[in-house]
Amino acid sequence: MRTAWVVLRKDLRVESRTLETLPAMILLALVTFVIFHFGLNRDTISGQEAAGVLTVALLFAAMLGINRLFVAEREQGGFDAFLLAPVDRSAMMVAKAAGLFIYLTVLEVIAVPAFGLFLLGPSLGRPLPGLVLVLVLTNIAFATIGTLVSGIAVNTRARDLIGPMIGLPLLVPALIGTARALGPLLAAGHATTSPPLKWLAILALYDLVFALLAYALFDFLLEE
Amino acid sequence: MRHNTYSRGLPGLALATVVMLCAALTLAFFYAPLDANQGFLQKIFYIHVPLAIIALCGFVFGAVMAIMYLRTGDRKWDMRSYVAIHMALIFGIAGLISGSIWAKASWGHWWVWQEPTLVSYLIVLLLFATYQPLRFSIEDPERQSLYASVFAIVAGAFVPLNFIAVRLATEYVHPRVLNLEGGNLPGPMKLTFYVALIGFALLYVTLWKFEMSAKHARAQVRRLRRTLLGDDAGRPYGRSAAPL
Repeated sequence: MRTAWVVLRKDLRVESRTLETLPAMILLALVTFVIFHFGLNRDTISGQEAAGVLTVALLFAAMLGINRLFVAEREQGGFDAFLLAPVDRSAMMVAKAAGLFIYLTVLEVIAVPAFGLFLLGPSLGRPLPGLVLVLVLTNIAFATIGTLVSGIAVNTRARDLIGPMIGLPLLVPALIGTARALGPLLAAGHATTSPPLKWLAILALYDLVFALLAYALFDFLLEE
Repeated sequence: MRHNTYSRGLPGLALATVVMLCAALTLAFFYAPLDANQGFLQKIFYIHVPLAIIALCGFVFGAVMAIMYLRTGDRKWDMRSYVAIHMALIFGIAGLISGSIWAKASWGHWWVWQEPTLVSYLIVLLLFATYQPLRFSIEDPERQSLYASVFAIVAGAFVPLNFIAVRLATEYVHPRVLNLEGGNLPGPMKLTFYVALIGFALLYVTLWKFEMSAKHARAQVRRLRRTLLGDDAGRPYGRSAAPL
């Protein structure tokens, strides 16, 4: 656990000094909103449509972060140094997944209000607690699967291609869960302020299974 | 020099496959009754559904082989996993096409988004379609096996999960063939279906064994050439998605 914490702190410090990944993720999400505005030719959207647009924007921004997750480690010998150190290898996975989770949270803190400002018809205030709950579960899914996919992709020749190709189909069930859970929350008139339990359960199950899988399998990806 | 065990029993198996598939087709065309709604078109069911089921089982089979590879580190398990997924992909694409034809004929559309089985099947195929590009883009053979195995396990676990998620997302219109109550097919149709299912399962196993034995023989020939003619006798391996 301490190793994971050290690696995580290192990553956050590097990110805070270089600002390499997070600003790009946020910008991509904002640009996606603009693209959807023109693509759908709508000034405000609500309900399932709004949930879909928000989820897709977050997914694409997350993909960007996922692609970058291990690049520095590989290019600057972080993997080798980590393997030389007498520490548990799973710590790397835990640290990277936690880092990705934090990136996604920061992204949402900025992108979700921006979405409310630009595109969303109904106000964000009332469904906010439910929204936060759904997004936390979504972030866990994106973070665990993203770390695993990134770990596979980073050592391939065409890593920028392989990452999204593997990652997007794997994330489709999480996308379904998030979009369907958010749909009723963003509906005009606020018929409900709590997300449907069924989809929360699916997201939680998906999180759990992939967290266990990633934890069990990640060691093999660090083999040298 | 190891003996090629994959070819053992292959002729018998091939014969059994031919017999079973002929029996399935005969039953489908001459024994099973015409469907009340869809008439003759429904016969494609006896090809499409077994193909799809065997493809999905093949993916999971490949994942199990991949687990064995990670546990033992023996490259033969990676080869088995590779061939299992390779064959399942071929079955899967055939299943997708036959399903699309059936959908056009019975529902009037080539593609129906309301249909969870179709959609989740497509997602699984899209995921497994990246298996070979992934292998191809890793040069070191050892690492290729390792990463491909990790991918195969994740993707294999993804198959049932994905089906649960997509099924819950849509109201289904697909006939439930293999539900817990044993399906809602009348007797003769059920018999035909199971014969076809066994036939296609045998076809899968035959093709898997055949491909394994071909790969094994190729490796053996290469090894012999090297022993007899020196190290540079065999052409160097091109970069390849396949192990060995």
